[in-house]
Formats: sequence, structure tokens, C-alpha cells
Amino acid sequence: MDLLALFVDAIFVDNLALSFFLGICTFLAVSRTVSTALGLGAAVILVQSVTVPVNNLVHRHLLAEGAWSWAGLPTVDLTYLGLMLYIGVIAAVVQVLEMVLDRYFPTLHRTMGLFLPLLAVNCAILGGSLFMVERDYGFAESVFYGVGSGVGWAAAVVLLAGIREKLRYADVPEGLHGLGLSFIVVGLMSLGFLALADVRLG
Amino acid sequence: MDQRDRRTLLDPLIDNNPITLQILGLCSALAVTTTVATALTMSVALTTVLTFSAGIISALRNHIPRSVRLIVQITVISSLVLMVDEVLQAYAVEMSKRLSVFVSLIVTNCIVLGRTEGFAMQHGVKRSLLDGLGNGLGYSLVLILVGIVRELLGSGTLLGLTVFPLAADGGWFQPLALMLMPPSAFLLIGLFIWALRTWRRAQIEPSELPESALVLSETEALRDGLTRSVR
Repeated sequence: MDLLALFVDAIFVDNLALSFFLGICTFLAVSRTVSTALGLGAAVILVQSVTVPVNNLVHRHLLAEGAWSWAGLPTVDLTYLGLMLYIGVIAAVVQVLEMVLDRYFPTLHRTMGLFLPLLAVNCAILGGSLFMVERDYGFAESVFYGVGSGVGWAAAVVLLAGIREKLRYADVPEGLHGLGLSFIVVGLMSLGFLALADVRLG
Repeated sequence: MDQRDRRTLLDPLIDNNPITLQILGLCSALAVTTTVATALTMSVALTTVLTFSAGIISALRNHIPRSVRLIVQITVISSLVLMVDEVLQAYAVEMSKRLSVFVSLIVTNCIVLGRTEGFAMQHGVKRSLLDGLGNGLGYSLVLILVGIVRELLGSGTLLGLTVFPLAADGGWFQPLALMLMPPSAFLLIGLFIWALRTWRRAQIEPSELPESALVLSETEALRDGLTRSVR
């Protein structure tokens, strides 16, 4: 599959937040101001671009059927252990990223450091890895998919934060305050993204 | 069952619903509601995992060192999810394919971790089981309601049985294709929350809070716990 098309697809058509509803809890909780949304978005892009390729390597070289044939165990199929390993990898990657950022990029760490640990239990991150396994991506594909899906999620959260900042001064019915209105707004955004479903490259 | 136990079980259904009030576990709630059958399966899967993980964590709570408690919890939860997933693949292959990755995603469903961390770590086994069951049922209630609306209006059926004969098959009903697409799930839950809060006015959020206190404190608690446990 064309890598660039996969990348664009991951951003617009298969948007993790708006088409697959992944990471919605964080999505709604941390979208009150554009600046926090930007920090969160950057953290998601970073974590997603690292964990998806790493989990791809884990899947193909440790878990998939035949991965252990070099050790004389050609029939061993450990895919059922995948879930636990992916979660472990994600938690570890998040922790390492945090330490690296803290040591070498302190400014960056201040903007997104707050969100990094949260992402270890975010379904968008785990979902990205699971979709990568389900769709059987190769390594190059997984890199493009990881970055693309991260960018798509980040774009959605920043857009939502922008809309919510404007809505602060709107007079909405009482029962819709907060969560209810956010849902309606996200629904309309998701409708908007549906219109991009025909965006295809090549 | 005494008064307190009954409240533990029934409160999460309407008054403290995990989806509409605690803002937990939305991710999977929306994706699997295109038909009632998938919503039901997902509800059963989540309720099972939630009840048993609450029970197990509660039984272990005095033996888990504080610093590694989140890792222990995630391990227990993911083992339970693995089992549910394997059972589904063994006995309901079709359903397991339709739910795709969403059963596995129960691991990161914040309801499960939220309840084990927020309730089961402090309470006895029996009450934790009831709390898990109650929250599972509260989640199921919303899921099934949304599933009913989407399947009925989207394809004129309920659980696969025709309710509204389709125009395409000589009936009168013109299905709303939108109901089968992602946006409708958001809109329906939004409307559902609106209706619920108009009925139970105590749940209305104050209009101008800088950050919702509840959500922020919960995310912060989770974050702090995670940072501590990993260090």
C-alpha cells in the first residue's frame, strides 16, 4: 500500500478520535483551552510514533507464528499474549520518553510532561498498536501509521479545544452544560470529517 | 442485602452513571453501538471484567505494595480481558470479528481502572463486587439504549429481527444511514445526557468552571499514581 496514502488516511479517514472513538475520555477532559490541547496533542504524536513501530517489532519478532523458528520452535504462536506485552511496552516507552525529555529537552518536557504518564492508559495509544496488528502492517507502514494516527488525534483535540473556547460565552440550555454540549460538538466535527472520507492520494 | 449494599449496586445506574456523569469508559461505548447485539456482547464482556477485577483487586488489596499497585491492577485486568477475548473467539467468532479491537481495549477502559483504583482498593470484597457489577450495569444501560436507537433507526431491526419493514423490501421505512455512522453515536449520547440532566437536575454542571473539578482531580490522581508506581 502506498505509504503516503496510508498516512493521509490515518489522519482524515480513519481518525482515531472521530471515527473509532478512541481516547475520548482524555479527549473531552483536556480540551478546554487550546494551549493544553496543543501540549496533549504533541505528546500523543510523540508517543504514538514511537509505540506503534516498537510494538510492530515486538509483534513480528517475538509473538507472530514462526517468530521463534530460529530457536527451533517453528510452531510457537504467542499472539494471544500480545495485549499484555503491548501495554507493557507502552508503559515502558512512556516512562523512557519522559526521562529522556526531562534530561535533554526540559522546555518540551514542561509543555507535555504533564500528559505523558496519562497516555500509558489511553485507548488511542493501545488502539493504534492493536489496529496495526489487526491490519498486518509491515515496519515502514507502521511508522507512517503511527505518526499519521497521532497527528489525526492531535488535530481533532486542538480543533475541539478551539471550538470550546468560543462556546464558553454561548448561552446553552442548562442540561447541556459541559459534557452534553461537548458530545454534540464532537458529533458535528465527526460529521465534518466524514466529508473528507473521499480524500485519497494517487 | 442491606441499604448500603443496595445503594452501592444501584447508584451507578442513574444517579452516578459511569458514562454520563463520571465521564469514564466512553471510548468503547460509542464504537460498538451500531447494533443491539454488539452492544449487548460488549456490555456482558465489560461487566464480567469489571466485576471480577474489582473482586480480585479487593481481595488482594492488603498485599499489594502501594508503589506498584497500578501495574498489579493492569496485569489483573489484562489477564481477565485476555480470557474474555479467548472465550469470544472460541464460541462466537463472528461477534469477535465484529467487535474487532474493542474487546481488547477494555484494558484501557477507564471505568475498570477507575473503579478498581477508586473503590476496590479501599473496600471489602463483597461491596467491591457489587460496585463493579453496578457500574457495569450502568455502562450497559447507556450502551444498550444507544444501540436500540441506532439499530432501529439505522436499519429498521432489533437484534436482527425486522421491526420497521424497509422501503427497499416493499415496506414503508426509509432507514437513516447516518445512524450507522460514527457522528450519530456522539450526538445520541449528547442528547441522552441532556435528557438525563433535565430530569435529574442535580447532575447539571456549573457553567463557568475553569476546569471541571471532578475530571481534573481524577486525571490528576491517576497521573500521580502512575508516576509514583513507575518510579
